[in-house]
Amino acid sequence: MILVKSLAGKPWVWSFLGALVVWLATIAFTGGYGAGGMVTAALSLAVFTVIVGVGQMFVITLGPGNVDLSLPANIGLASAVAMKVMAGSDSMIVVGLLAALACGAAIGAVNYLLIWALRIPPIIATLSASFIIQSIDISYGRGLQIKPPPGFADFTNWQILGIPVLAILTVLFTIGAAIALQRMIYGRSVLAIGQNIRAAWLAGVNVGRIRFLTYTLSGALGGIDGALLAGYFRGANVDIGNEYLLASIAVVVIGGTSVAGGKANVPGVWGAALFLVLLLTMLNTFGVSAGVRLLLTGLIIVGVITAAGGEKAVR
Amino acid sequence: MTAASLDTTARSSAERGALARARLLRGLLPALSLALVLLAIAWLNPRAISYFGFSLMLNLAIPIALATIAQMFVIAGNELDLSIGTFVGFVGCVTATWLKDAPLIGVAILLGSIGIYALLGALIHLRNLPSIVVTLGMSFVWQGLAILVLPKPGGKAPDWLLAIMSFKPPFIPFPIIAALLIGLVVHFGLMRTSYGVILRGSGGNPAALKRAGWSLLKTKIVLFALAGLFGVLSGMALIGITTSADANIGNGYTLLAIAGVILGGGEFVGGRVSPIGAVIGALTLALAASPLLTFMHIPPDWQVAANGAILIIVLAARVLISRRER
Repeated sequence: MILVKSLAGKPWVWSFLGALVVWLATIAFTGGYGAGGMVTAALSLAVFTVIVGVGQMFVITLGPGNVDLSLPANIGLASAVAMKVMAGSDSMIVVGLLAALACGAAIGAVNYLLIWALRIPPIIATLSASFIIQSIDISYGRGLQIKPPPGFADFTNWQILGIPVLAILTVLFTIGAAIALQRMIYGRSVLAIGQNIRAAWLAGVNVGRIRFLTYTLSGALGGIDGALLAGYFRGANVDIGNEYLLASIAVVVIGGTSVAGGKANVPGVWGAALFLVLLLTMLNTFGVSAGVRLLLTGLIIVGVITAAGGEKAVR
Repeated sequence: MTAASLDTTARSSAERGALARARLLRGLLPALSLALVLLAIAWLNPRAISYFGFSLMLNLAIPIALATIAQMFVIAGNELDLSIGTFVGFVGCVTATWLKDAPLIGVAILLGSIGIYALLGALIHLRNLPSIVVTLGMSFVWQGLAILVLPKPGGKAPDWLLAIMSFKPPFIPFPIIAALLIGLVVHFGLMRTSYGVILRGSGGNPAALKRAGWSLLKTKIVLFALAGLFGVLSGMALIGITTSADANIGNGYTLLAIAGVILGGGEFVGGRVSPIGAVIGALTLALAASPLLTFMHIPPDWQVAANGAILIIVLAARVLISRRER
């Protein structure tokens, strides 16, 4: 009983409950068929949303107005960079991953440079950057039809007892992120800045450095995500990251992180990502048309956000 | 306090003159950037600077300007609309189907969609929701509806709309007249009427406005309804030019509209927006993105980058000027 009560008080429980309800609704429709396969598929797809979601979460936690709109373009470019560097050869996998990581981190650093040098809101800075990255990607990745190295493609699809290995690694990564957020100076500084940037500065937090690190981290995660996506979907694509603008922001908010900043929640990102992926699976299983699927996805997201409600910024 | 007042009195008239110049320069920045783009075009291709050239180059500027104005209303209230592009696409699909075949139903749908915008404003205010997430969700809703209305590209614009958009006034090309008209009408409404001041105030200092007895719920509803109205106008104007529709036709407008508002001197927070600046910003983007690049023989791949680069350059210029302002 006490356990139930303490669980209900945690915002992230709701996102997992939502995912469970959607899953149950789907297997009720199929009569129990494919229940396990659906979880496997949902886990492997949710991974990509979780990785960028965690980056976006750190950025959003920095406070109002902080959001990384360059993630889709970043993912697209990094996917092309990874495929070009790997060039279909297994021996270059690690180099390719590092290249994608570096590409993403560089984009994140440039984002912060624009915010800092032009003193503009992060939304506009990351937006302008995304325009330019998009063009670079279109020009660089034109007609790019390099398949990922077989070893890399297998790795992104590798499962142990029906559990994708990538999902296990991502769980480890999110545990690390949660520790960094709650128990390390870096994470506590991010939270402090989000709660009150001036107070954090007066308390001796190096605000500029922490914000720089956070945008670079978000960019780097976008980069690694692009490489993994290209491996999973068998090739790079300019539009490969498009859906992750909504997804990365939505999982952060549905997962119980405060949009006003200063309050973050790592487990919620997982719950919300599973919820979104299972939601799509459910709509596909019900056999609705593309138009209805988009319509319902949008309505459900707006509905969930409305139900979760925003809270007044504390200041 | 005394130090500050001493400082002000100690300022020489020359310094004050420099300050006024910096402010003026900042106000003129949107117009200057447009002039710069026009000069570049004139230098690269003098023949483009003609009645016909402008009609052609600014063809798509009217819907972009209208979408920018829509975004400007939302930004004036310290919110952001990431769904305006797909909304313009949805309106386009309705315009090319219902509005032509059954005008009454078409008008009802469009009015209803403005109503939905107003409701969104109310929802965002009452539940204190982040507008970015709500409008991102709505962008899926509009896109879904657009696909349902028009599953395949096609449809046809109503004849009266085609007639309006292909209007050829003497001497001055239609897009320029339309842009001037849009800018002046919105400027008068938002900058010169008393309720316009309240609307901007709701972004500038909501707490003060609330204490003065104004309803923040009402201002937010009005701002969002105006955004919906101009979104509808933008979609209709777009279809009047392209003559047929496609569910994805407006997708690029979301980012263009934000860029246009910022280029035009708008600030993200504080209700600091400028309708005429926004229209000028939209024209600059429309000209720089495609005609200028074509004349410079730069492949269309870099069109989006040109928008980003202009945004960064103008913002950098603004920082340089602001530094002199203080």
